[in-house]
Amino acid sequence: MKRRESLRALTLSTFGVAAINPQELLAERRELDKVMGTPPAEVGFGRTAEEAVHDAKLMAEKYFTDKELATLAILSDIIIPADSKSGSASQSGVPQFIEFMVKDQPYWQTPFRGGLQWLDRESQKRFNKVFTGLSKEQRLKIVDDIAYPEKAKPDMSQGVAFFNNMRNFTATGFFSSKIGIDDIGYMGNRPNVWDGVPADVLQKYGYRYEG
Amino acid sequence: MSFQIKEPPTEFDVVIVGSGAGGGMAAYQLAKAGAKVALLEAGGYYDPADPKYITQLKWPYESPRRGASTPFRNFGDFDAAWGGWEIAGEPYTRKNGTEFDWFRSRMMGGRTNHWGRISLRFGPNDFRRKSIDGLGEDWPIDYDTVAPYYDQVDKLVGVFGEANGLPNDPDSIFLPPPKMRLHEFLLKDAGKKAGVPVYPNRLSILTKPINNERGSCFYCSQCNRGCQAYADFSASSVLVIPAVKTGNVTLTTNAMVREVLTDQTTGLATGVSYVDREKLTEHVIKGKIVVLAASACESARLLMNSKSARHPNGLANSSDVAGKYLHDSTGASRGAFVPKLMDRKRYNEDGVGGAHIYSPWWLDNKKLDFPRGYHIEYGGGMGMPGYGFGWGMENTNGKYPGADGKMKEAGGYGASLKDDYRRYYGAYIGMSGRGEAVASADNYCEIDPTTVDKFGIPVLRFSYKWSDYEIKQAKHMQDTFEEIIEAAGGIASGTKPGADSNYGLAAPGRIIHEVGTTRMGNDPKTSVLNGHNQAHDAKNVFVVDGGAFVSQADKNPTWTILALSWRASDFIIDQVKKKNI
Repeated sequence: MKRRESLRALTLSTFGVAAINPQELLAERRELDKVMGTPPAEVGFGRTAEEAVHDAKLMAEKYFTDKELATLAILSDIIIPADSKSGSASQSGVPQFIEFMVKDQPYWQTPFRGGLQWLDRESQKRFNKVFTGLSKEQRLKIVDDIAYPEKAKPDMSQGVAFFNNMRNFTATGFFSSKIGIDDIGYMGNRPNVWDGVPADVLQKYGYRYEG
Repeated sequence: MSFQIKEPPTEFDVVIVGSGAGGGMAAYQLAKAGAKVALLEAGGYYDPADPKYITQLKWPYESPRRGASTPFRNFGDFDAAWGGWEIAGEPYTRKNGTEFDWFRSRMMGGRTNHWGRISLRFGPNDFRRKSIDGLGEDWPIDYDTVAPYYDQVDKLVGVFGEANGLPNDPDSIFLPPPKMRLHEFLLKDAGKKAGVPVYPNRLSILTKPINNERGSCFYCSQCNRGCQAYADFSASSVLVIPAVKTGNVTLTTNAMVREVLTDQTTGLATGVSYVDREKLTEHVIKGKIVVLAASACESARLLMNSKSARHPNGLANSSDVAGKYLHDSTGASRGAFVPKLMDRKRYNEDGVGGAHIYSPWWLDNKKLDFPRGYHIEYGGGMGMPGYGFGWGMENTNGKYPGADGKMKEAGGYGASLKDDYRRYYGAYIGMSGRGEAVASADNYCEIDPTTVDKFGIPVLRFSYKWSDYEIKQAKHMQDTFEEIIEAAGGIASGTKPGADSNYGLAAPGRIIHEVGTTRMGNDPKTSVLNGHNQAHDAKNVFVVDGGAFVSQADKNPTWTILALSWRASDFIIDQVKKKNI
């Protein structure tokens, strides 16, 4: 394939396949397959048959309870709220991402479930309600005690560990979503011609190309 | 399952086991010369341009795990290579406290689907290390013997770079290299201050078209996902598919070879037997010549498992050298944060897959306390976010002033944290050393006496320990990395790896450059192959993967595998014409 042809083909494939949410695509195909009695379909990003089956199986399972998912949504939006530039963590699908990851990498299940239990227990101790039932101010009182690892009190260390996990998963989930990629300003993943660092950037840092 | 063994009626001129760099090259050259070739691949069919396999130019959110590693693809959901360090039903074992990890890719093109496309020729000294430092063994061939084949590989496959005229890092016939990215300017400057020369990288990526079958690079930085324009080197697109197009190659996928069959009278190979990985049917393929290219360890396993009255210690193993002298490249890494790269202007700097720069070995080992060198690979830039993005911000954002110039507490949450991720994006650099280990008979793979895989094939057992040579080299890498990071105005991540961790020296196997298990040599008592990759004990058996290497240089092995496989193919053609085999 010549370069121009390959560029055209690429644009088509990204608009065609990539625009469809793979989870939806897979769910649709699963329904179709059930009716048609065909083997599980591949999703639109080059899955092998065993990968497609594995992912479909994980997606059909449910790990977190609705109450746990609600808590994950609140926490993720405390960590990455909507601002003037972009939406919030929950709007980008962070709770669903964490739900998938704990099924995909099961060693995260206990840290998350246990951390959420720890948080509800702490909320009960302080305010007689679970975390989702607290006011915004009450929630932040607890979060402030576990969000700063270097100044947190020693008896908060389990909460700090949980919040670190929560912060990491929220950041990864948000910035690898469509909303997050637009926010961070990543401009690649498309056919182009690399002709070096833009002139104004070179000038700012004092570099120049030789020859 | 059927125990009936199926045999096609024909006898092939050549049976090749493995479709990676070595097997792909042999198939292509032999088929072009008119030989009828059976090419057996243990994994599935793969073509990077077929939409059903394409992961290139997909977005992280198309993967429910955002590209995280899985047991099916250890380098992440978008990497082209199927398989990894562990494959279900295909175990390997270890002894003597060994940490060797074995990466296998069960697919057409093998491990050329996952590599950095770093395409370095070995230098003149790399073929004669024993003459220089008294350690290991010299090769039976020298640089001048291989150089014409390096030239041919350059022209057939394509490699970019810059002619630097370095004594032990010979220039290839280069395509133009891509311009440096911003952090690469910084690293080059830092290297100058630290006394580490930095040159344009040498990668098998087409910055210009070289023929009508392959496109040129469109700078998505995703070579590891396989290129649908065939603009980088993978054995599938560049060798196997063109080989099949000659009409002389019968490609059989999912063919897991059990053993090489031999004639009890002549001791010569008559073909191979294999099991179909999916149907579990048993097959025999007959051939006048058998070429093994299943990867260094897999080919050694095959030879050792091919026992007969005539070859009681395994085929081509009267020397008992098969499996020995196993050595991988050394590897150690360090990352850093560079404050002056915070708050960067956004633009697309994907570039080619991998760094646009590298540092070939620049010192004289005679003046150092370790015998062999290493090169440095670099990373950094405004890459595509994926699984792991933003991880560990609590270790960084308390160390530098915020946008308002004030210090803040590490960790946190909310709008200010969200802004930190934006400000820190693209402000990290990384570097990895890749060095030469000294080959030793004490590091080896052998047949495990008690364990078989799911096909009933006896598996490999590894025994491997790094020596002081490699550990001291890793220490030197870490010292060098800190000098470069300091000169770049960066702050190294974490604590410096020390003696307790062998200075961050990766477990053997982790760099996926393992070679040496069927080494070549002039003496049949101390080598498996002669200087033409031909078995001393059976003249119609060849091994054309990294197993043939006497020593791994401080280079990546692929270019030399390709050159030696081409050379062995020419030798086969010559020997057949002379009726010697």
